[in-house]
Amino acid sequence: MMRSKFDEQLSQLNNMLIEMGTLIETAIALATQALREQDIRLAKKVVEYDQEIDQKEQDVEALCLKLLLRQQPVARDLRLVSSALKMITDMERIGDQAADIAEITIMLAGTPYVKKLEHIPQMAQATVKMVTDSIDAFVKKNLELARSVIEYDDVVDDLFVAVRSDLIELIRADIAYGEQAMDLLMIAKYFERIGDHAVNIAEWVVFSITGRHEKEG
Amino acid sequence: MDKFILRNVELWYNDFKALKDVSMDVERNSITAFIGPSGCGKSTLLKSLNRMNDLIEGCKIMGDFLLDGENIYEDIDVNMLRKRVGMVFQKPNPFPMSIYDNIAFGPRTHGIRSKYKLDEIVEKALRDAAIWDEAKDRLKKSALSLSGGQQQRLCIARALSVSPDVLLMDEPTSALDPISTSKIEDLVMELKKQYTVVIVTHNMQQATRISDRTGFFLLGELVEFGDSEQVFSMPRDKRCEDYITGRFG
Repeated sequence: MMRSKFDEQLSQLNNMLIEMGTLIETAIALATQALREQDIRLAKKVVEYDQEIDQKEQDVEALCLKLLLRQQPVARDLRLVSSALKMITDMERIGDQAADIAEITIMLAGTPYVKKLEHIPQMAQATVKMVTDSIDAFVKKNLELARSVIEYDDVVDDLFVAVRSDLIELIRADIAYGEQAMDLLMIAKYFERIGDHAVNIAEWVVFSITGRHEKEG
Repeated sequence: MDKFILRNVELWYNDFKALKDVSMDVERNSITAFIGPSGCGKSTLLKSLNRMNDLIEGCKIMGDFLLDGENIYEDIDVNMLRKRVGMVFQKPNPFPMSIYDNIAFGPRTHGIRSKYKLDEIVEKALRDAAIWDEAKDRLKKSALSLSGGQQQRLCIARALSVSPDVLLMDEPTSALDPISTSKIEDLVMELKKQYTVVIVTHNMQQATRISDRTGFFLLGELVEFGDSEQVFSMPRDKRCEDYITGRFG
């Protein structure tokens, strides 16, 4: 029967998304470790991961287009394939942002941090959780989990505000810290954007389950 | 008012209940598709809309079939009904006569004799069915000399020649190649401006492409009926979803 081949390809699509998700989680984790430890070698590895993530995006995209062409999916199958196609754009952007963080890390590596990083690693942890949960929600078709990712974005946003206040204080204390503060703010912003992309992914997961795209308010 | 209003329609072929409590409204100037596995009752319902089941022995029909508010089984003469509700079948079935005579047949039956008037009707019907350009120089040639796709458009033209309100189509493209299919689909979408179209199709993509509303039938029941976009992207009924995604049937 036609359907068995199609089911096989859909499960292949799921697996590829899980693999891409794992690459992203690893990229964020490595970028965070590199940042914390000011490790240039690790930071360079993140950039390599980004290339692998880009490749994965192209592979998933090719599979989705093939499924659209050959299976002409409808109903939940159509929602699944179209959601996957939209999700990978956000996943790819997350890879880019992890690489952006790594690049700033490389620039910062020569100078020790003025103050121990506190909220930024928390942001990293929170965004990894959001990314993991959003992909997990897709694979398990778990609506509650997808919605919890959307809500969890507030945690990341609050942390960004905290980082920003920390850095303002730092500049107030000594204007000489300005340059480092600006770089760290950029990094915090990238993490905040990663959270937004995870929300986008979760919104597509909700769509694939309910047929409705619940835009964040 | 909707073109057709069906209420609590039940149909038996002797002891076999082919339609079970079907109620639906067919919007005018729209395309309504009936889908479902073989034997689900979709063609039976389509045929009941111009009383083609009356001829079948042992067929019993109950419920209301209202066409523009009139009951087609009580208030309308069957010949008049079929003038208002035309039918196109799965296989093109031109009469073994000229292209012209195929189209003029219906109008002549309804008493039109004037050559001028008939010429006018033939041209309009062939134009409306998007086959005028291919047929205009061979109107006296046998309709059987046309290709399958052309024959089907000729049959549509023949159905249009008596100025119906409604066009019923029973899998009109299942015997045609993709190009002829695409021409018929374009044509049907054009026709809905003037006519109400009800189409039975086994081709899900076709239903998605051309129909405004879709009804899914299973074992004589109308299981789901709604806007085609909704039915094919977010069906409400699991049986409908399983059918259109190829999980059974």
